[in-house]
Amino acid sequence: MSKAPTDWRSNAMSRRLRSRYAREKRFKALGLAAIAVSIGFLAFLLWTMASNGLSGFMETQLKLAIDFPRSSLMIDPAVLRGGNAEQALAGAEIEGAVASAAEAEFGPGGARLISDAGWLRVREGILKNPDIVSGRAEFWIPASGAFDIAAKGEGDPATGALYRRLDQSGQVRHGFNWSFLSGSDATDATAVGIWGAFKGSLLTMLVTIALAFPVGVLSAVYLEEFAPRNRWTEIIEVSINNLAAVPSIIFGLLGLAVFLNFMHLPRSAPLVGGLTLALMTMPVIVIAGRNAIKAVPPSIRDAALGVGASRVQTVFHHVLPLALPGILTGTIIGMARALGETAPLLMIGMRAFIATPPGGITDPATVLPVQVFLWSDEVSRGFVEKTSAAIIVLLAFLMAMNALAIYLRNKFERRW
Amino acid sequence: MSPLLLFLLVAGVGAVGWLAARARAATFAAAGPGKVRLHSVPTYHGWYVALWAVLPALIFLVAWQVAEPALVAGAALHSPAAAELPADAMNRAAVLQEARDIAAGHIQGGFNPLSTRLAPAFASAAQRYSIMGAVLALLLAFAGGAYAFVRIRPELRARTRVERLVMLLLLVASLIAILTTAGIVFSLLAESVRFFARVSPIEFLTGLQWSPQTAMRADQAGSSGAFGAIPLFWGTIFIGAIIAMIVAIPLGLMSAIYLTQYAHPTARKWLKPALEVLAGVPTVVYGYFAALTVAPMVRQWGEAMGIASSSESALAAGGVMGIMIIPFVSSMADDSLAAVPQSMRDGSLALGATTSETIAKVLVPAALPGIVGGILLAVSRAIGETMIVVMAAGLAANLTANPFASVTTVTAQIVQLLTGDQEFDSAKTLAAFALGLVLFVITLLLNIVALRVVKKYREAYE
Repeated sequence: MSKAPTDWRSNAMSRRLRSRYAREKRFKALGLAAIAVSIGFLAFLLWTMASNGLSGFMETQLKLAIDFPRSSLMIDPAVLRGGNAEQALAGAEIEGAVASAAEAEFGPGGARLISDAGWLRVREGILKNPDIVSGRAEFWIPASGAFDIAAKGEGDPATGALYRRLDQSGQVRHGFNWSFLSGSDATDATAVGIWGAFKGSLLTMLVTIALAFPVGVLSAVYLEEFAPRNRWTEIIEVSINNLAAVPSIIFGLLGLAVFLNFMHLPRSAPLVGGLTLALMTMPVIVIAGRNAIKAVPPSIRDAALGVGASRVQTVFHHVLPLALPGILTGTIIGMARALGETAPLLMIGMRAFIATPPGGITDPATVLPVQVFLWSDEVSRGFVEKTSAAIIVLLAFLMAMNALAIYLRNKFERRW
Repeated sequence: MSPLLLFLLVAGVGAVGWLAARARAATFAAAGPGKVRLHSVPTYHGWYVALWAVLPALIFLVAWQVAEPALVAGAALHSPAAAELPADAMNRAAVLQEARDIAAGHIQGGFNPLSTRLAPAFASAAQRYSIMGAVLALLLAFAGGAYAFVRIRPELRARTRVERLVMLLLLVASLIAILTTAGIVFSLLAESVRFFARVSPIEFLTGLQWSPQTAMRADQAGSSGAFGAIPLFWGTIFIGAIIAMIVAIPLGLMSAIYLTQYAHPTARKWLKPALEVLAGVPTVVYGYFAALTVAPMVRQWGEAMGIASSSESALAAGGVMGIMIIPFVSSMADDSLAAVPQSMRDGSLALGATTSETIAKVLVPAALPGIVGGILLAVSRAIGETMIVVMAAGLAANLTANPFASVTTVTAQIVQLLTGDQEFDSAKTLAAFALGLVLFVITLLLNIVALRVVKKYREAYE
């Protein structure tokens, strides 16, 4: 007895087909949903940082008039015009004079409305034009954190009311916070700046690239072009591949044990940070370099050898220049990873409070991601927007590096 | 004389040597027919002389930098003021250090008056040895350059010699990777051995109590803190291998399937890099996001469900970490799905299977080793991740399976142990290295296993 052929038009079969197609559609929708969730999360993260951080680039300023002859400040403009202006101002009690002027202007408690570092603006003003100390002068002074938050509509009601009153009398303005881009760490959220950490990052990256790039490229050349196939070469390859996967904090422990405790290099210095990150970045450069060198076709080598070049000449005159764009792309990606790295730098002490930008690679410094970490630990309300603003700076820096890598790849990459 | 200036001077000697040697070799070449032809082009003669001039001098300079402080101290100790130095080693070292700092201009005056009197001896000795070093280095540079220069002949195998040095340089560069690995292993092992001399390895690996803070009282050996690391291992696995993977595996795998099997090539061109941006965001940014935005949300959910929640929860840290890991899972899955032979896919479709049936019953099983390898790599990455857990997971070593509670991880504890007030040699500081060793070994094993799995799979299809 033979089996009857399947009746595809039967109700049972068409129901089954429908459910299979529905499952197909659900599966596809699930895949799309997974992508949407992942990218949506990225968008949410960026949006959170932008909405928190953009206000960190702005500051609220208060107009403060100081009547110098009647204030407690005793400075002679003639002295200021001489060479010792800095010294004369160091002795003068500008901070107190500004505080009392603020009390007079905004009523009792007025001194608390202006930023702790606000008097520095007055000092700059006097240095720029010493003549103002003989009369009455007006300054725009950054407001304190509490007033700044009230101006952004989130503070306590009393300060908020005060803000509206001052705003109506034209004593408040909002300006771009230039000192955020030019200053360093401070205890007061309204006075902090990112330049110190940015410079620390630059110096650290300089040390990293100066060490990791030559060593990485040379070992890539050796492994790809000259190394004999033996046990030693295998050990080198295995250790490079493993180093690329070692957690970054382990490199921090290495830096602490070797560079600080054994070699006694200075703590918190970009030199040690750069050395540690160089060890971390080098495997990335080696792996990218080997792939780039491997992509150069053998005919180039054969042609060079055929006209009498030595093997070293072949590699350094022909193969390496052709592989360079690929190597550079890999290097930039490795450097971008090093730039965002925090944990190993915490291990070697780059988490100190540093109020001046570092002058050299042995000065105490901090770097952008560590600065973000330090500010995120602050309790003061004003640091929330500063942390997010620092993150925006960090992400912008990273994005610029990645854009450069993509540009290099598109412009110079050759398909053979 | 500053080391930088000296370095530039030595390099200058080398440059002069390069020019002179190249010119001299060129005169041989230009001497006309009948003469012997040059073995190497003039530039290699230049490099030959330059390297002879620069390398010995630089090696000497480095050695001198290391030896100089000891020589200066030795000379200063022979000065009359040194006779009054205190006998006991600690005071003696303190006075010497002060005198050295005064001589170098780091500090204005010393705490101990003796150091002020010793300072001139230090200063003059330092100056004497610095000049001596500079003169010796320059002499060495000249001597090396001259030695090589007089050996320039047409038949000199300058290129071979220079290239031999280049090969040596290449070899040394590639040995740095081994040195780094060895450095990691030895520094972790050395400190861990010292730690295990105080705390037994069995207690460390099986103990349930982690409270290193009380270990500061060194005299109370019996009650000096507890170093049972099981709560940390559990926290690490709970956050990195369970919560993060519950987020990352479905999202990463489904993203990879959609991108390779369904997405239009143009959409793929844009979506894949966008997904990879997730891996490029610095971890400190994720940590801040987890602590500031995600943790309060998680806490609210937990309280809404009536579960005791802490403001730092395993769920917030693990969830954000899972998002960070998505690109690792998806790119490995992407690669292994793409490596499945097209014929298998075509065969399944030709039998009438829908695309989703083909994926679930043919492609994923065929690509499974690659996917599992990718997941193992992602786990190794997740348990080594530091900043997210430091900022969002907290420091309480709880042994709990409640995702709304605060747990701590190995990496968070390493940071905690090494960034407070630390005294070297205390069990507390050394414990960080022991934890580091465990972390290193586990990530290494995970990587080796993952690579094995992936390799085995490749052999099956190629």
